[in-house]
Amino acid sequence: MTAFPLTSAFLIGSRRSLRLVERNLFVYKHGWLVLLSGFFEPLFYLLSIGFGLGALIGTIPGPNGQPIPYQLFVAPALLASSAMNGAVMESTFNFFFKLNYNKTFTSILSTPLSPGDVATGELTWALIRGGLYALGFMGVMVVLGLVVSPWVIFAVPAALLVGFAFGAVGMAATSFMKTWQDFDLVQLVILPLFLFSATFYPLETYPEPLQVIVQLTPLYQGVDLIRSLTVGAISPILLFHVAYLLVMGFAGLYVVSRRLDKLLLQ
Amino acid sequence: MTETLAAASAPEVGASPAPGPLIHARGLTKRFGELTAVDAIDFDVAPGESFGFLGPNGAGKTSAMRMIGCVSPMSAGTLQVLGMDPIADGPRIRARLGVVPQQDTLDTELTVRENLLLYGRYFGLSRAECAKRADELLDFAQLTERAGDQVEHMSGGMKRRLTIARSLINEPDLLLLDEPTTGLDPQARHLLWDRLYRLKQRGVTLVLTTHYMDEAEQLCDRLVVMDKAKIVAEGSPRELIERYSTREVTELRFAAGVQETLDGQLEGLAERIERLPDRVLLYADDGEAAVAAAHARGLEPETVLVRRSSLEDVFLRLTGRSLAD
Repeated sequence: MTAFPLTSAFLIGSRRSLRLVERNLFVYKHGWLVLLSGFFEPLFYLLSIGFGLGALIGTIPGPNGQPIPYQLFVAPALLASSAMNGAVMESTFNFFFKLNYNKTFTSILSTPLSPGDVATGELTWALIRGGLYALGFMGVMVVLGLVVSPWVIFAVPAALLVGFAFGAVGMAATSFMKTWQDFDLVQLVILPLFLFSATFYPLETYPEPLQVIVQLTPLYQGVDLIRSLTVGAISPILLFHVAYLLVMGFAGLYVVSRRLDKLLLQ
Repeated sequence: MTETLAAASAPEVGASPAPGPLIHARGLTKRFGELTAVDAIDFDVAPGESFGFLGPNGAGKTSAMRMIGCVSPMSAGTLQVLGMDPIADGPRIRARLGVVPQQDTLDTELTVRENLLLYGRYFGLSRAECAKRADELLDFAQLTERAGDQVEHMSGGMKRRLTIARSLINEPDLLLLDEPTTGLDPQARHLLWDRLYRLKQRGVTLVLTTHYMDEAEQLCDRLVVMDKAKIVAEGSPRELIERYSTREVTELRFAAGVQETLDGQLEGLAERIERLPDRVLLYADDGEAAVAAAHARGLEPETVLVRRSSLEDVFLRLTGRSLAD
């Protein structure tokens, strides 16, 4: 049995992947209001939990143990989790529709584009979208006086990295899904990640063994990375977070391309 | 406007030196696990030719088309498309193909015109070029007035026309059409045939699958009949009729209950005789003579129809009358 050679152009794509970004621009031209939702979600959380609950909590130990205002503690975590949520939405529901109903990818693969172009192009679009939200949220943090360290400018690329990792894995998971009901499973994974990744309280709240488990989960990498950058607590562990998310993203991309090959090119 | 399209594509076809076959297949095979969808078929398609795959559902036509379209790797054999290897040169080959899949794969989230524009972009055409070609193709497909409509709300015939227009955006050397008119009403089918015939006149090589005999007779210079993953016959529609059928076919219908009593009374009336549940078919070059012979034997059919043999007779002879699936 011969198969298409799994070159990097086949799996990761080429400059042609930008055509997929162009397609999304065409689609959202018809309904750009939808795009705003992603900006408001973390903002509402920040106002309600950060400032509402924060008023009762006061300060809380930050990444390097120093007490910081609760809003400053929770804002970077919201940035990380909204990067995750945005990427997962785009890479699950939207990707499933395009793969199974609109047959978008089927028609694209009869042009010179490869599965890698499709996967990378879709992910690039999700990242552009996520990047805009991250910038918007950063603007809000500036306005609310939550900027205390120059390292915070790396929080935006860090949010993109979170989007890359979750977007790629989201697409990979979606490529195995058969029905819309399967998406309940996505919520079953995403919601606990959102709630328990030291998002709203410090890692030390957990008993020792649980701490280890949480430290190995994917969103925790993003939360700790962005929070540390926001308060300027730079340490080697941040490199581990970056490596973790990069590996997760590229592994996801590899799986998506293989799956698109298996689903559409047999 | 369509003239400019023709002018733009014609020199390119003429310019290719010493044209070998556009498609060259030997022992082409496709297996899906245990199932052999295409079983070692051989065929060549020459530049400018209209070539058809004819066969019942499940005969392997679509699998063959997908291998030619470089979206399905072959399991065995050799295949060259436009002189290149589909496995190694897929993107380069696809850049010069137009593909009309069996089911429309139009982008339902976009408008009619956007579908064309964006498809051109997938082929790396500039925005200006895409816009120019999109307008020409809208005209060609008689969709100019629907340019701004959402694809979702269009009729089947319009979607099909748009799919064909879309497949032409890169001015392909080879157009692959998988059952181009299945599910369309007669008006839409005739319009599509007309458009495809114009493309053929411009020198575009067409490869199509169909199970409509009239479509094959209208469009194909040459065709192969596929059955159970193999090619069972090859030739022009006329040659196939001459080889596998007689010039005329006579259909005799008898009153209820009579046909069962005809054992032994039909032999020798024609070159070949086929008894169907509802009628008897006499394959003979001279249908009237066959009718006269039947009457001479005292047979009294209720209705008699003498007609010319068609590809359908060939098809049914070669692939049988039982349902494929």
